[in-house]
Amino acid sequence: MDLPQGSIDVDLHPMVPGLSALAPYLAPLWRDQIALRGMEGFDTQSYPPNSPKSVRADWRPHAAWPASSVELLREQVLEPWGVARGIVTPLYGVQLVFNEDMAHAFTSALNDWTRAEWLEADPRLAASIILPMFNPEHAVAEIERCAPDPRFVQAMVLVMGETPLGRRHNWPMFEALVRHGLPLAIHAGSCYRNPVTSLGWPSWYAEDYAANQQAFQSTLASLITEGVFVKFPTLKVVLLESGVSWLPAFMWRLTKGWKGVRFEVPWLDRNPFDVVRENVRLSIQPFDAPDDADTVRRVMDHLGSDEMLLWSSDWPHWQFDGPPRLPPGIDAGLARKICVDNALSTYTRLAMETVR
Amino acid sequence: MNVIRPQSAPGRPLAATQGLIDVDIHPRPRSLHDYDPFLSAEMRQRLHTFGIRPRHGFVKGTPYFKSQPLACRRDAWPENGTPASDLDFVARQHLDFHGIDIGVLNPLQPTAQGDQNNPFSVAMAHAVNELQLAAWVDRESRLKASIVVPYEDPEASAREIRRRGGDARFCQVLIMSRTSHPLGNPKYWPIFEAAEEVGLPIAIHAFGYSGWAMTNGGWPSFYIEEVSEHATSCQSLVNSLVLEGVLERFPRLRFILIECGFGWLPSVAWRLDKHWPTLKDEIPHIKRAPSEQIREQIWVSTQPIEEPPRPEQLLDCMSWIGWDKILYASDYPHWDFDDPRTAIPSFIPEAHRAAIYGGNARKLYGF
Repeated sequence: MDLPQGSIDVDLHPMVPGLSALAPYLAPLWRDQIALRGMEGFDTQSYPPNSPKSVRADWRPHAAWPASSVELLREQVLEPWGVARGIVTPLYGVQLVFNEDMAHAFTSALNDWTRAEWLEADPRLAASIILPMFNPEHAVAEIERCAPDPRFVQAMVLVMGETPLGRRHNWPMFEALVRHGLPLAIHAGSCYRNPVTSLGWPSWYAEDYAANQQAFQSTLASLITEGVFVKFPTLKVVLLESGVSWLPAFMWRLTKGWKGVRFEVPWLDRNPFDVVRENVRLSIQPFDAPDDADTVRRVMDHLGSDEMLLWSSDWPHWQFDGPPRLPPGIDAGLARKICVDNALSTYTRLAMETVR
Repeated sequence: MNVIRPQSAPGRPLAATQGLIDVDIHPRPRSLHDYDPFLSAEMRQRLHTFGIRPRHGFVKGTPYFKSQPLACRRDAWPENGTPASDLDFVARQHLDFHGIDIGVLNPLQPTAQGDQNNPFSVAMAHAVNELQLAAWVDRESRLKASIVVPYEDPEASAREIRRRGGDARFCQVLIMSRTSHPLGNPKYWPIFEAAEEVGLPIAIHAFGYSGWAMTNGGWPSFYIEEVSEHATSCQSLVNSLVLEGVLERFPRLRFILIECGFGWLPSVAWRLDKHWPTLKDEIPHIKRAPSEQIREQIWVSTQPIEEPPRPEQLLDCMSWIGWDKILYASDYPHWDFDDPRTAIPSFIPEAHRAAIYGGNARKLYGF
């Protein structure tokens, strides 16, 4: 099925062409260090720039850095597919930097780059506030700094951090997000503080990419069992580039575990699957199910909600060829929810702007 | 699930028309001294002085405290000793009570699999295997042993497999799911070569300590997280077996995932299928769709049985995995033990239930 009118793409990835692009947004202390120390850029192992997965072949320009300008986004996504709104989330590895102060400075610079070079350039675009991940005070400061601009419609952390996301030291961050009505996006990728599997480092990039599926399960388990959604019942969490079909079986297991050992997490007073259906959303690319309508319908039935999925292209990552197509077995009504309505009810800021 | 209720009446499931085979029973030694006759003086001294040194910090117990003592059923404690340390008690409470025809022993602790010290792990694996024969299998014909291997020393593991492979009292090779490298890593291939050579399946039991954080985003806080992370660790393991090319390189090798859950397996296979074409440049050695390889070479056990909200969802899941790939397991004597009569729901068609109870295991193990 084709995209309905007014579709919203919740997972677009501008690629920073190099550290020099961030230089104008850095204080001299940090700007000077780029050359002084010969810093070589923050592209991460999660998305090696030359990997076919990171950039679809026909989206790799001859002369320019891929996905590096609004013109490329317009030409490759917005215009040909009639996309009404898009949320941009750069995955430049500012969140991997070990020096907390440097990480904070470069993260702020990245957010300013996004605002100046993407949000200012096309009114259809909204953006994620990229959050520093190893100092919650810095994360809160970045939320406070960016939140007054309504074009920032969510904040983003990578799914593989140093400690599980639900841990209590992160709660001030959740408090700030709720206060500003911002969903928390959790995107595929690692800060490489831990091996990407609980069994150590794998041999292949393919295993690194596959490992995101485990990370999303662990992260949700952490948020749920630590009680984040009990303390912040209105917090919305959006899983980006997470895949979808793993969720039901994971929830069966966690719910069964909860029934067995709920004495350990007594604050958890609701069935975890109900919590997830209410508070968690997932982007639809990559959709990890076979390309047949019957299986897709069963997966949707296992999910048990038509409000959880959000459409995304994952530009410029290679998830599909040609124009986007919704999985078979999804009817027009559900397509409309996935591509438009669910995003508007998740992103209240986007909805307000769209109305305006 | 630990349900405190009056002891039910003995009996076996009516649908077990092809036999009742339990692929997951956990024997324990009465004490560490049970291993003494099978250890050298040096290793005996080490066992009783420094003890087992797993890849976590505590001398006794586990880093995530279990929900009950030794993670065992409250009614599984004999008057003297620990659960599943007394053959007569196990025979009475489990084998006789449920009408088990064949039970597969999976010694979990204390076995020193994954110990920080390889020579010690090698010596202990030998002792654990000898003790399985002396204390269990040679005294009870319904029980089969596992070849416990010191998997972090793959060459020594291969020797243990070849030494025992022709002995019909052993029915499989046993590895814990949390290895120090993802299991498909070429480091472990000597184990696979030996297992394929002697024709025994490799059972992966959920457990162990890899030495790495239990999630790829760091250490979780709770036991409930550790329990659900068994599934994620096994997912990484399956990814590794496929993407390293192990299933294709050892086409006659069969893997059994025990107590790992199984609801996640279809999604893992679909994800690999989805990304295999876009990553072919990196992994040209993968010639066949990952889901086909998984469908042919990986078996799962039932306990702890998945409990989706509606019955059809369990049927969907089992049919995606393959009705011929599912084996009944009780996990005796652990707290989340599955009674064969109630754990395999009656909405599963009878022929499939018969296969799960016994038919599939008979074919797989050649019992």
